[in-house]
Amino acid sequence: MLDIKNLSVSYGKHAALRDVSLTVDRGEIVVMLGANGAGKSSLLKACAGLVAAQDGTRINLSGAELTDLSAHKIVEAGLALVPEGRGIFGELTVRENLELGAFAKRARASEKQNLDRVIGLFPKLAERLGQAARTMSGGEQQMVAIGRALMSNPDILLLDEPSLGLSPIMTGDLFKALAAIRTTGVGVLLVEQNAHQSLAISDRGYLIENGAITGQDTARALQSDPAVQKAFLGLGAA
Amino acid sequence: MSILKPDFIKPVAIGAVIFAALAFLPSLVDSYYMSLAISVVSFAVLATAWSMFSGPTRYISLATVVFFGIGAYTVAVLGEVLAFPLVLLCAGLAGTVVALLVGFSTLRLAGVYFVIFTFGLTELVRQVVSWYEVNVTREMGRYVFLDITQNDIYWQLLALFAVLLLTGFVLGRSRLGFALRIIGEDETVAKHCGIDVTRVKVALFVLSALFMTLTGAIIAPRWTYIDPVIAFNPMLSFQVVIMALLGGPRRLLGPLLGVIPLTLLFEVLTASFPNHFSILLGCVFMVIVYLLPGGVVGLYEKYRAPKKRTLSTDTETTRKSEEKTA
Repeated sequence: MLDIKNLSVSYGKHAALRDVSLTVDRGEIVVMLGANGAGKSSLLKACAGLVAAQDGTRINLSGAELTDLSAHKIVEAGLALVPEGRGIFGELTVRENLELGAFAKRARASEKQNLDRVIGLFPKLAERLGQAARTMSGGEQQMVAIGRALMSNPDILLLDEPSLGLSPIMTGDLFKALAAIRTTGVGVLLVEQNAHQSLAISDRGYLIENGAITGQDTARALQSDPAVQKAFLGLGAA
Repeated sequence: MSILKPDFIKPVAIGAVIFAALAFLPSLVDSYYMSLAISVVSFAVLATAWSMFSGPTRYISLATVVFFGIGAYTVAVLGEVLAFPLVLLCAGLAGTVVALLVGFSTLRLAGVYFVIFTFGLTELVRQVVSWYEVNVTREMGRYVFLDITQNDIYWQLLALFAVLLLTGFVLGRSRLGFALRIIGEDETVAKHCGIDVTRVKVALFVLSALFMTLTGAIIAPRWTYIDPVIAFNPMLSFQVVIMALLGGPRRLLGPLLGVIPLTLLFEVLTASFPNHFSILLGCVFMVIVYLLPGGVVGLYEKYRAPKKRTLSTDTETTRKSEEKTA
């Protein structure tokens, strides 16, 4: 469904990504594992049209070309981003934050169903719809951020380190919600440093280092890969 | 976000009553006060129109007088050729076209670059008009002799202000107004929520410019003589910014709170210290920016509710810190 070929991004002379190619299918969770500065965020931003990709890059979603589209058109095409740090508006209510996600034309007609679907995924939000988003815990705010992205009725959901700053229990709940989103047919591309919990729910994974993909496999295989264990799972090979 | 909620009718009805009452002002006061009233209402339209775009987006525009001057010049050129309503229509079209061009070419500029561009634009337009008058019509300056009384000007401006407030009120509850507020708070989030950032900004810039242009057109007959220096005087842009900032550009009626005291103050200053006006204007500017950064409205809100209302997001702060480290 999402098909990225030879994605390169640079900031001035500094190359953040070099010829990255990956695919995410319908109803699949794919995790991109890498350290800080490996290029994970640049990858998601380039997909969402927030940073420009270099010539030769091709990004395709279910046959529709996304390369060089402006950010709002990419949302219309069915790709939604949950940015790092969430980007929700603290002074707006939960409902307003969610409504903001339904701004895209593709989502307006089905706004009610999408809201029901989000509340089905995160029942806690139902009682908080009228509350200012800043009064909620980090985990709940992350739910709002994911809910907002889902309000645009996307085919594919991109998440930039959703577990950042969350407690392990919160992270567990969050990843369970992602697994539930997968069952609705939405593809999920997840960028994470938390390899342990993210691999547990993912179908496949890629390893990214210094802006290039250095490995890929099924999540199960990656979990038992000694190199991954050493780099990400804290099971330093003695 | 729907428009026809019950709380829509009441403020509109109150506003209609107030404006109807204000329409009777000419039969109550003499012509000096009418002249003052025209100044107040014209600045009220300019400052409110300025805030409609610059308030939520925080793009400080110094191009107010560009549009004001285009309106005034359209009247000077076409005033005796066409009926006045048609002249207003032409002025509106001219202002819209220029605003579209400026909008699409500059709204990608951010922060101080936009401010400088709009300031330079005033000079550019003034020079182009001067060049045209000198080289093509071979006549600098034009007379405006139209059969339009001071009271006519007042009523037209009052009507324009009423339409502007209604527009702003509806906008504040519309999808477009919501989008604009989100853009002002965090443009990146706005983009990945599916908002066509450029189109929203240009739409509001054009709308705001349209009201400025019409103000210039309506007020032009008051002057009898217009040349490029009078019509495109950059001082006006600064006055409008100061008034809007004193009042508070982020509320619909905020700018009005700055317009009334400052129009009166400027009236006294120009009468008493005509040669030092710009120095005093600069002092007023600094006092407002340093002492009342949120305007009168901000002051009121600070004392009413201890917690400051902002919409800033987490990504904004992270992005700023990223920019710092980069």
